[in-house]
Amino acid sequence: MATPAARVPVAKTYKIYIDGKFPRSESGRYFPLADRKGMVIANICRGSRKDFRNSVVAARKAQPGWAGASAYLRGQILYRIAEMLEGRSEQFVAELTLQGVARRAAQKEVEQAIDRLIYYAGWADKYQQVFSSVNPVSSSHFNFSVLEPTGVVSILAPNDSGLIGLISNIAPTIVGGNTTVVLASEKLPLCAISFAEVLHASDVPAGVVNILTGYRDELTGQFASHMDVNAIVYCDGDKTVARAVQEAAAENIKRVINRAQFKWSEAAAQNPYLIHDVQEIKTTWHPIGT
Amino acid sequence: MARPENKLAFDDGWQYAPAPESTDHIRIDKKYGLFIGGDFVAPDKGKYFDTINPATEQHLSRIALASEGDVDKAVKAARKAYRAWSRLKPANRGKYIYRIARIIQERAREFAAIESLDGGKPIRESRDVDIPLSAAHFFYYAGWADKLEYAFPGRRAKSLGVAGQVIPWNFPLLMAAWKIAPALACGNTVVLKPAETTPLTALKLAEVIADAGLPPGVVNIVTGAGETGAAVVTHPGVDKVAFTGSTEIGRVIQKALAGTDKKYTLELGGKAANIIFADAAIDQAVEGIVNGIFFNQGHVCCAGSRLLVQESVAEEVVQKLRDRMETLIVGDPLDKNTDIGAINSAQQLEKIEAYLAIGQEEGARMHQSSCAVPDKGYWCRPTIFTDVSQSNRVVQEEIFGPVLAIQTFRTFSEAMTKANNTPYGLSGGVWTDKGAKIFKMTRGIRAGVIWANTFNKFDPTSPFGGYKESGMGREGGLHGLDAYLKLEA
Repeated sequence: MATPAARVPVAKTYKIYIDGKFPRSESGRYFPLADRKGMVIANICRGSRKDFRNSVVAARKAQPGWAGASAYLRGQILYRIAEMLEGRSEQFVAELTLQGVARRAAQKEVEQAIDRLIYYAGWADKYQQVFSSVNPVSSSHFNFSVLEPTGVVSILAPNDSGLIGLISNIAPTIVGGNTTVVLASEKLPLCAISFAEVLHASDVPAGVVNILTGYRDELTGQFASHMDVNAIVYCDGDKTVARAVQEAAAENIKRVINRAQFKWSEAAAQNPYLIHDVQEIKTTWHPIGT
Repeated sequence: MARPENKLAFDDGWQYAPAPESTDHIRIDKKYGLFIGGDFVAPDKGKYFDTINPATEQHLSRIALASEGDVDKAVKAARKAYRAWSRLKPANRGKYIYRIARIIQERAREFAAIESLDGGKPIRESRDVDIPLSAAHFFYYAGWADKLEYAFPGRRAKSLGVAGQVIPWNFPLLMAAWKIAPALACGNTVVLKPAETTPLTALKLAEVIADAGLPPGVVNIVTGAGETGAAVVTHPGVDKVAFTGSTEIGRVIQKALAGTDKKYTLELGGKAANIIFADAAIDQAVEGIVNGIFFNQGHVCCAGSRLLVQESVAEEVVQKLRDRMETLIVGDPLDKNTDIGAINSAQQLEKIEAYLAIGQEEGARMHQSSCAVPDKGYWCRPTIFTDVSQSNRVVQEEIFGPVLAIQTFRTFSEAMTKANNTPYGLSGGVWTDKGAKIFKMTRGIRAGVIWANTFNKFDPTSPFGGYKESGMGREGGLHGLDAYLKLEA
């Protein structure tokens, strides 16, 4: 029992993040998130199909502007996200611990997440040079191939990693000019929403990253089948889910990226091929002559 | 039909003399088996189908129809060959592929004549485009075989296994080259299924592969229709699927592969916009439009089948296009004068004619060349539609024939919006004399290949493939290796 003089702490309402705003789910539904002892930590928004559709509209609208931003600017914004996260490290560590991660592991995870953002921030103005080409065609033409963002990417974030798995998928997607709609881990959703607040304070334009919480079973099909989504990333190894995702994705020839093999805390889980996965290659020809 | 006034009447006062390519130098067997494990073998159910010349409807040869059992044999042969082929010294793998390139060059004239006979395309195109590019493709990828470690920084490149490949009828040998060359260079073995209307050059390629001394089973060629293709794609012993064809079938394949670990690339349909700005060199642009839509009878997935022309020059461009269309020679594919050959099959002609009816029913105005076409065979006069709107089916859907839908625009952004307003994203064209405008438009079009002040150019070093529902993955160039490799850290 608290003493009469003790302050009553203010708990946070965890809301979803769509188009740069923090609404509750339009459905009005929630699910309780409990700690190990069964105490309710927070009521989490149970995002709906309509929330997802609204997110895709926002992501589509934001995509050309974000892709048109200079690589230098995108790099600085990713760096800014890392700065903001660094400043709020303690909050993220606390959230991870609250959700059952050991304190030392939580600290390490937050540090890795920050470093991973810095890693991809640095790639913003470099991956293009690594992966593009000037092609020595036989005819009298100048011909070159460059990477362009695939467009709107839906991400089913890893279910067993609350922060590092989330950031390891968002960062390489957006650094290349894509926009995204992310479904947070169902088991560990808190950091995803707090990360949305970090994004919100980091000059990331509205709609570039949209984050939903909710039930995997309910939303996976929507993430995979939506006709205005160009690619889907999923990270959990379940074969039935993989099959369902791939089947639904075929409806509009979505690119399907399976990242079940990654261990997100390892160094190998960061590399420029994760950027490349959600890029298209465009080849342009022009005659050489008068 | 009265002949319209024609400012480009090249044949007034004189006529083109026919200049047919001879066919006495080519050899087509009466019957072809399946190329499995280095030999031509009879199909296990003993079934054959005919391949005909679409320009004359004359029978050319009997082709084995591969059953599921035959496909299984082919996959097993490829699997058996894979072990040694993938471990062969890479430089030696390259040398075999170089040999294929050289033999195609040596036999180019024969290949060109057969390609035109079996598929209906003008000999000028098979002679100057299809066959030389096929040889060049093998030559290009041959050299990659021992240089793969330089292609993907920070990764180790490993072969995948058996590649199952299904190719279309519009560029029969070239598509076989696009598929086989990178697969072999990367150390994979191959089961290839050519299209049922154009199997001959793939079977001649089997002869070349045998002559080049490739170990038995490294390349297997199974002929047949859709069912044979489905058997190749879904065979559990196939590690990688490569398909070129319609978006409709691509979707079916992507679904069929769900739940498997097969890697796949899809080169699917297109509905490319060719955008002509008022400041373009108009006469060159008109040539580009003609090449864009009438090259290979419009049987080209990246054809410029939509014309977007800036309003201030629309009348001039359409008039010049109609004049130019009148001069196009439609007829015998083997005649070196021919600009537009035969439609590939009765089925395809039926589809094109259905779209001609749909276009008119939807209110578009149809203009056709007044040229005569032969009585026998499958023919479609070059056709343009004006007064079309963005939602018309002839604007949204791939026709795969010599049919152009013409729309106008006023502003840059209107052109870009219209260009991007289809589910496809394979290619695009832009014509203007302003460099800055070219870069703005070529960046804005959501498509994998953009031609600026040119159209329908191809090269083995140049990656090709689509955005959106035009497919995924690239063929050609360094980027084309990715489809045939596993990249490890």
